[in-house]
Amino acid sequence: MTDTATDQPLLEVRGLHMHFPISEGILMRRQIGEVKAVDGIDFSLRRGETLGLVGESGCGKTTTGRCILQLERPTSGAILYDGVDINGLSRREMLALRRRIQVIFQDPYSSLNPRMKVGDIIGEPILVHGLAPDAARRTARVRELLQVCGLDPSFADRYPHEMSGGQRQRVGIARALALEPEFIVCDEAVSALDVSIQAQVINLLEDLRERFGLTYLFIAHDLSVVRHLCQRVAVMYLGRIVELADCDELFDNPLHPYTRALLGAVPVPDPTVEAGRVFQPVRGEVPSPINPPSGCVFHPRCAMAVEGCKRSRPELRELRSGHWVACSEVS
Amino acid sequence: MTAVTDDTIAVRRSWHDAALGFCRRQPLGTFGLAIVVIAALAGLSAEWIAPYNPTSNDFEAMTQPPSLAHWLGTDQFGRDLLSRIIYGARTALIIGFVSAFVGGFAGLVLGVGSAYFGGTTDLILQRVMDVLMAFPLIIMALAVVAIFGTGVQNVIAAITVPLIPRCARVIRASALSIREVPYIDAARTSGFSHARIILRHMVPNVVAPFLIMLTAFVGQAILAEASLSYLGLGVQEPTPAWGLMLQGGAEEYASTAPWIAVFPGLAIALTVFGFSLFGDALRDAIDPKLRER
Repeated sequence: MTDTATDQPLLEVRGLHMHFPISEGILMRRQIGEVKAVDGIDFSLRRGETLGLVGESGCGKTTTGRCILQLERPTSGAILYDGVDINGLSRREMLALRRRIQVIFQDPYSSLNPRMKVGDIIGEPILVHGLAPDAARRTARVRELLQVCGLDPSFADRYPHEMSGGQRQRVGIARALALEPEFIVCDEAVSALDVSIQAQVINLLEDLRERFGLTYLFIAHDLSVVRHLCQRVAVMYLGRIVELADCDELFDNPLHPYTRALLGAVPVPDPTVEAGRVFQPVRGEVPSPINPPSGCVFHPRCAMAVEGCKRSRPELRELRSGHWVACSEVS
Repeated sequence: MTAVTDDTIAVRRSWHDAALGFCRRQPLGTFGLAIVVIAALAGLSAEWIAPYNPTSNDFEAMTQPPSLAHWLGTDQFGRDLLSRIIYGARTALIIGFVSAFVGGFAGLVLGVGSAYFGGTTDLILQRVMDVLMAFPLIIMALAVVAIFGTGVQNVIAAITVPLIPRCARVIRASALSIREVPYIDAARTSGFSHARIILRHMVPNVVAPFLIMLTAFVGQAILAEASLSYLGLGVQEPTPAWGLMLQGGAEEYASTAPWIAVFPGLAIALTVFGFSLFGDALRDAIDPKLRER
């Protein structure tokens, strides 16, 4: 599946930090702290590859996606897209890149403007970017996009509330495709759907990837979906990447204690196996990103933690070929 | 993958079907609309339908109770009350509509802009609004009239200015919640301009609260105009205005000739009531989610 991927990274994230200030006061605002939503992460994505970004709620995976989409201005760090740091771009320079980077959102209900017809929702980006010279061509393109996403072209005359969740999500995908992007951030794109619809949408995303040579950053918390769709997976915990490896390697041979706990929490669809399994849940709660633990952020909950884990922050080390782990105790 | 098909394709409804549908589903709103329409027609065609000149005195028929000659009776100067109420509708509706629309649209733009841009823009705008809001509508209007004098334009200005922050505040609250919704993010990731996002994506989604407010504002502005005129700070005699008709003779003759006060009071109350009924119904009708599928 990686035959379309080349060595040149399409996207490279270096030392990305996104700290949201917490301020107090009305006229004399002063900062009293910050939420370290993303606290120094690095990864890269090759063209044609699908990278899964997993972790529990609040670990910073969505914020990472929003930084790449320039919906948030990162506190520090570089986001290199095709070799260009997009943080420093002006509004006009960014406009050209907007065509190449698109997004599919989690909630198929709030991601479509309830006052616009489906045809206008999909057609608007085409109009704004001048991709179709006249209304007739635009309409034809909208109908084609609907068909590509498995919807009847007559849906163009509908309002979003006249459709089901799965149909709406297909409209969201059609809108993302309208600008002919090469890179799509899928922010929990299937999490809000029924399991049967999930499978359909995942198949659609796979079809589109092959058909248009797309690159996905697939943000999710459902590990089975990630395993099915992704070539590589990055596991995030409290604003940091703790493990990054090829998909099969990560699932078959997890090294970081957090990844092991996360995979251990996935139920096995076989009652006899499930009954015989020793379930070891992670102790405690996720600490607050306002005041994360010192050293390794996972140490208060880690079964393997030693004294040194409290002091120094482990960096990602390549323990096997392509398998990176941020833990000083595994080898 | 096979295309998802569905044979119930929405048929575009013509406008009179839509109007009929509105009447059927919103009987109270239709009643409100009827009052508004009657008041508007009376104001527009006052010259033709008023039986008497509203400013001419008939000293042989002073403080007369309702009769065939004077359907709603006459006041202490022998002026026909029905004619004065009909002409008064014109004054009330001109001031009501102009103030509500100018104040409402200014508030819409300031409210949505304030929410969309946020940060310092929002902070400064909202503090200015706070200052304006600190004055009750009547006190603010009194100040404007006291400075600039009476007259229709000044009364309109006096009523418009206090309406702006009331509208901006409500619209900003709705717009703030819409700003965080993913379809605005989607618009931003598609590189749409600020103007397009505000006008095409945010404004249409605050239209429901805006319309209810606008209709309520017309009612409020009519009430404010009546209050100002009653206090002698609004429209001046002998111009027929409902608030003015409640003043002077109406108070003096309240026990012997109550019709002088009752009918203009009724006109004010009914018109304001009609506008709020219509506004509520309009909100329900305009929301596509509540519309007939």
